[in-house]
Amino acid sequence: MFLILKERFRQGYNTSDFPLKEPILSDRFAGLPKIMGTCKDGCDICLELCPTDAIKKSGDAIDIDLGRCIFCDLCAKECPEHIIKFTSQYRLSSNNRNALFISKEVENIGFKLNKKIQKIFGRSLHLRQVSAGGCNACEADLNVLGTPTYDLNRFGINFTASPRHADGIIVTGPVSLNMKDALLETYNALSEPKIVIASGTCAISGGIFKNNDEVCCGLEDILPVDLYICGCPPHPYTALHAMLQLMGRI
Amino acid sequence: MSNAKILTSNPCWTTLEDVLALSESDFWQGIVENITYNDFRVLSLFCTPNETKFDIFCILGNDNTSLFKIFRHTLSSKKFQSHTETIPQIHLFEREIAEQFGITLDGAQWIKPVRFEQDFSLHVKKSSCGDMEYFQIDGDDIHEVGVGPVHAGIIEPGHFRFQCYGENVANLEISLGYQHRGIERAMIGAPYKQSLAQMEAVAGDTTIGHSLAHIQLLENMSNIKASQKAETIRALLLELERIANHVGDIGALAGDVGFITTASYCGKLRGDYLNLSAKITGSRFGRGGISFGGVGYDVDFTLASEITHEMEKLKPKTLGAINLFFRTPSVLERIENRGKLAYEDIINYGLTGMVAKSCSIQRDARKNYPFGYYNNISFDIATESSSDIFARAMLRKDEIIASFELANTMLIKIREMPNEKYHTAQKPKLPPNSLGVSIIEGWRGEIVHVAITDKNSKFSRYKIVDPSFKNWTALSLAMKNEQISDFPICNKSFNLSYCGFDL
Ligand code: SF4
Ligand code: SF4
Repeated sequence: MFLILKERFRQGYNTSDFPLKEPILSDRFAGLPKIMGTCKDGCDICLELCPTDAIKKSGDAIDIDLGRCIFCDLCAKECPEHIIKFTSQYRLSSNNRNALFISKEVENIGFKLNKKIQKIFGRSLHLRQVSAGGCNACEADLNVLGTPTYDLNRFGINFTASPRHADGIIVTGPVSLNMKDALLETYNALSEPKIVIASGTCAISGGIFKNNDEVCCGLEDILPVDLYICGCPPHPYTALHAMLQLMGRI
Repeated sequence: MSNAKILTSNPCWTTLEDVLALSESDFWQGIVENITYNDFRVLSLFCTPNETKFDIFCILGNDNTSLFKIFRHTLSSKKFQSHTETIPQIHLFEREIAEQFGITLDGAQWIKPVRFEQDFSLHVKKSSCGDMEYFQIDGDDIHEVGVGPVHAGIIEPGHFRFQCYGENVANLEISLGYQHRGIERAMIGAPYKQSLAQMEAVAGDTTIGHSLAHIQLLENMSNIKASQKAETIRALLLELERIANHVGDIGALAGDVGFITTASYCGKLRGDYLNLSAKITGSRFGRGGISFGGVGYDVDFTLASEITHEMEKLKPKTLGAINLFFRTPSVLERIENRGKLAYEDIINYGLTGMVAKSCSIQRDARKNYPFGYYNNISFDIATESSSDIFARAMLRKDEIIASFELANTMLIKIREMPNEKYHTAQKPKLPPNSLGVSIIEGWRGEIVHVAITDKNSKFSRYKIVDPSFKNWTALSLAMKNEQISDFPICNKSFNLSYCGFDL
């Protein structure tokens, strides 16, 4: 017991002050992109590089689909005009798929609070996690929300052991064909009203695997999604912020 | 005398012309002889289409001499004689060949699907995942327990079937494939622009391990060498990945025996180590850290000092949290003499990584097949001897301490090196009709990538062996005659990758 107390003293107090205080992320963290100008004639360097075809070009303007982008930073590094910059803005979620497109004009991800969801789940949200082809980075960074640093439970959010106890599912991975049935079964086992969260690029759009013939394109065309959390994988603070936003707590 | 092609370094490559196709009997005889008398073991065994026929390649490695031997045999029909009974370590490789190319194995007992994937050439799904006959034991006192694919925690899917008598497990059958994303097939015709990202996600917790194995192979085949500094940064990322995962695992083990103190501290500390990787690459898992010809991000003097400083702060906390775990009798009671593996089984089934090292077997690619940075240093492989849950936990502690030392030296070297700039958009130039091999010691064990190029210098076959591919068998063996209630902690002590196996 003495040893335990001594160790407790050394480890100190670890829980962050989020959301009261902004978290400090790595200087190199690539978050919300900013598009600062127009492209050179005929240049398609970023289109050629982008692993997930997240960039669309029309005329001399580009837009980036954050539902596809894996924040690899390659386009920003190689753009000869330096018009793409990844900021450290980690708040990358929306309840509307169409709000995930960033261009010179649209600088932020839009979010419109769903009053109904806020009313029902605003104070407590129990989620069942389903990994459907996720590479374990997305899963690991959801798991980490349970550690003292993030301490998810203090917000009334919990991961349950059974879909029967859950208000919704949080899905990671591109939905492998081999997991599709089990995913749908889990969804069907939830009682109404239920919500679906797509966490990570894979779950939103199939991400880097979208062209593989053993996966679906994430939850697209499979389940109705109430919350999209961007990133490959999403930073734990991105996910935490997203859930609080959905509950109308931020 | 066998006519295998011998290669001497890691990574390495050869033209396909130089790998003679042997007759079926010479092929198998060569492999059996080298395993039985010359201390070789199977690193990879796979099939690849060769125009209208099929080639089987077997890569053997010798842990003491660092030599690779490559055997090749061209199938005259779509079948060959199964050799699992003489060489148990190829049991999964054989099943995989049967599943991927529809090849019949003569004399095989019970060929089960490995991961329920589509046939490489036919592109049809044969059966839905998990749909097969399981091993069953009959008898009055026997009952069956099925778990998964969806588990209770935040964890990847997989199916476990237990045959139990009372509380004891007579047999555990592990059926995977749910995470199958078709990665190997997606590499045909590669390198594509999404290939490196897919390699990083073979197993997300081993981002550095797999991307390094891949990039090292590409560079070697393109005759490009990364700078000394790049190699040092790569090794640093690899060791940080090892520390983060090991710390997390000890925390998870503590959680499973209900020792919340260490569980909470280690959970938090693991995040701190991930944040160190993020300091270098911007990503907590090191995404974008390894790039063709170098690294994604340079580490300058200030950053290196910062990381050194952080690590010095984290070290006593980490060791404190871990020591608490090992000093608690109620913890030890749960992990000592449980989930034991026999030495013979480890050798016979060719198990790797932590499983081997926790049974006094010096099996570590950093030493056995040194690559990059590890070519120029000398260090000792940490081992444990009792081969139970305790040993696998203790080995993690040993490796954390060893990695601390390694990382510290790397950081000192990095501080002395001038800043560098890397071109991330450089493209590999691969030789046509060739075969390349690359091995990395990831935190779970050895990661083997083998690539074959066609006449247009594109990959016609890319074979990945994650340590989990071989080591899931270990979990099954370790559970024999153990209590079913010990399964979670036993499973955690291996912490194998589902997606690394399923690909
Ligand atoms: S950062 Fe996003 S948009 Fe840019 S290349 Fe990478 S995936 Fe594409
Ligand atoms: S989004 Fe990225 S991190 Fe998440 S499962 Fe997919 S590849 Fe892995």
